[in-house]
Amino acid sequence: MWEKKPVLLLILATLAILVGTVITMILPFKWVNGEADRIATVKPYNALQLAGRDVYIREGCNNCHSQTVRPLVAEVLRYGDYSKSGEFVYDQPHLWGSRRTGPDLARIGGKYPDAWHIQHMKQPKVMIPQSNMPSYTFLAANTIDPAFTEKKMKTLGFPYTPAEIKALAGKTEMDAIVAYLQKLGSDIPWRQAAKTAIAGDLSNPFKHDDATIAEGNRLFEQNCAACHDVDMKSNEKSDDVGPPLTNMADFDEKEMFTLIHDGSGTGMPSFATLGTNKIWKLIIYLKYHHPAHEAQEHRAGGK
Amino acid sequence: MEKTDYNYDIVKSFVHWSILWGIVAVLVGVLISFQLVYPDLNFAPYLTYGRLRPLHTNAGIFGWGIGSFFALFFYVVQRLCRRPLWSEGLARFQLYFFNATIIAAAVTLLLGFNTSKEYHELEWPLDIMVVILWVIFSVNIAMTIIKRKEEHMYISLWYMLASLVGVAILYLVNAAEIPVSLFKSYSAYAGTNDANVQWWFGHNAVAMVLTAPPLAIFYYFLPKTTGVPIYSHRISIIAFWSLIFMYLWTGAHHLLWTPVPDWVQTLAMAFSVMLIAPSWGSVFNGYLSMGGQWHQMRDNYLVKFLILGITFYGLQTLQGPSQSVRSFSAFIHYTEWVPGHVHMGTMGWVSMVLFAAIYYILPQIYNREIYSVGLANLHFWLVLIGQLIYSVSMWIAGVQQASMWHSMNPDGSLTFTFVETLAQLYPYWTIRAVSGVIYLAGVLVFIYNLIMTARSPQTVLKPAAQNA
Repeated sequence: MWEKKPVLLLILATLAILVGTVITMILPFKWVNGEADRIATVKPYNALQLAGRDVYIREGCNNCHSQTVRPLVAEVLRYGDYSKSGEFVYDQPHLWGSRRTGPDLARIGGKYPDAWHIQHMKQPKVMIPQSNMPSYTFLAANTIDPAFTEKKMKTLGFPYTPAEIKALAGKTEMDAIVAYLQKLGSDIPWRQAAKTAIAGDLSNPFKHDDATIAEGNRLFEQNCAACHDVDMKSNEKSDDVGPPLTNMADFDEKEMFTLIHDGSGTGMPSFATLGTNKIWKLIIYLKYHHPAHEAQEHRAGGK
Repeated sequence: MEKTDYNYDIVKSFVHWSILWGIVAVLVGVLISFQLVYPDLNFAPYLTYGRLRPLHTNAGIFGWGIGSFFALFFYVVQRLCRRPLWSEGLARFQLYFFNATIIAAAVTLLLGFNTSKEYHELEWPLDIMVVILWVIFSVNIAMTIIKRKEEHMYISLWYMLASLVGVAILYLVNAAEIPVSLFKSYSAYAGTNDANVQWWFGHNAVAMVLTAPPLAIFYYFLPKTTGVPIYSHRISIIAFWSLIFMYLWTGAHHLLWTPVPDWVQTLAMAFSVMLIAPSWGSVFNGYLSMGGQWHQMRDNYLVKFLILGITFYGLQTLQGPSQSVRSFSAFIHYTEWVPGHVHMGTMGWVSMVLFAAIYYILPQIYNREIYSVGLANLHFWLVLIGQLIYSVSMWIAGVQQASMWHSMNPDGSLTFTFVETLAQLYPYWTIRAVSGVIYLAGVLVFIYNLIMTARSPQTVLKPAAQNA
């Protein structure tokens, strides 16, 4: 019957389409972003962060970076605490993404110092040699429009002060996107919660033999060289993100372990996810094999 | 037989333009696939991966896909209704407006005006243009069907009508946004709600744009090409209604393990698996229609395109549901596996069927035989090989990527840093870029063949092609 009545077919098709739509798309509005989801510490974006978020959208960062950590073991280890609905209540639109050509960014806030981000946005390969991220140097040359940003804050109903808008004058898109990245995931105290306590006696199970030093070298180049440089002293390329490490021979191994494991809290991220074995190998490398130390030994041997 | 005065000119124009946008989509695709291997190929600010990737998908889906559907719907609807288009003027206006929209889309996307929502990146003024476009198209198709001269509506018309209303609902709901300026808006929905609405849209755009219209075209052109009718009318009825009913439940399978409510995810997973039935209903209907006709796979190049197309549809609708299962999704979601899956659908299923339909109608409209069947076969093999290399390399890459992401040491630490997992992908990305070049070569052969057909001396049409 409907095969001869196009209007009837249109009505029936609309009804068929609406059933699943109402149940799985409209109904969830009743629960999602309600009181049960609310997290008291999650705050709206400030003016600079919002401007940065719009740069993120404009450049299509979400085409390569996701912003949701799933409750899976390896994923929580790699990125941090899994994402909760309440963290996204101010996200219009959401930026969860669907692909990870680059890493997830839901927990990027507070992981690296600002200087790391600026250098990385300008020249990704300097910080991560194998990266295929494009360079975004031009962001540092574009300034934020305070009046337009104020209009955006009003549209979204986010609280702001006139002083905050005034302070935007002269800020670049680079400042804005770094401010946005530093906000991501830092509204909830997951870093404190995820912090693993160092248990047991701190003693290095590895000896300073060639194999360990070679492995430590590899780990250093992968995880540390971006900020401290391969030769541990010249910081031209990495723009002084991390201090030189030429005096490591004098450091206490336990002290080094704690610093690498927990981070410094003032810029140096925690490398707890490397696991204890890799950290100890790194320490062997740092203490017993670097150019400055070798030169020192050489001098000592010559005496 | 009474001769009806069909409007073929408009069909021809839409085909020409859709092919142009198709080649743009493939070219941009090749460029961005090389950008992943050689990041120096990003030319900031306009030609970076982040701005070009939406241009690639929009040119492919809206320029090539929908542009061809406009053309083929206008062709098929006239034949199946035995009457000219309800309004040729409206269709003519639609052609200009369509091209204006696609050009405006390309320019605004490169300028960085986008909403961030996948497959719905266009900012609100462009959204309005798309809505106008869809409304005039829908009115024209629906009125042509309502005022038809053939009482019975063939299967293709059902799928066409469903996609008209489906796309309208999806696009309007997901387009709800609050404008700040001419080219900046914010989504009307926030966070988890926004994600759920977006993927309800995103997945059903696959249903209403990349499934129902190509099925409409497949159901029309397979019997036209082979000369034998569709195997079962009853299977078509069941497959049609269950497909359009079940699809709308499945959007959240893009959001498994995210903060979207668990029950929404579970429903999405269940309905995705159930969707195998109606999808394969159409696949079987296609295969069984070939009963006694399989020799045509050898001697009719159109059948090759159509049967490979429906085969990729069959594979796609098995792989898709398997990806919708939580445990498998945990493994392959966010990896390169997914573009491998998507391109089997777009380059395999949708484009194969479109190639066949265009090969069928254009020579007829030009009043000429196809210039070279040999070149059509070359085109077939190039796009098939290109697509297979693309998908297979990305599936392998995705499995390796996922294994490395999840790999852990005995002490409970991760085996690989993120960048170690990324570094392993370069060879696969290179292979994929090369596969894109092969596919591009296939499309160029296609275009050359069509141009030479148009330029060859007029021939008398085969009588078979005259029948409605």
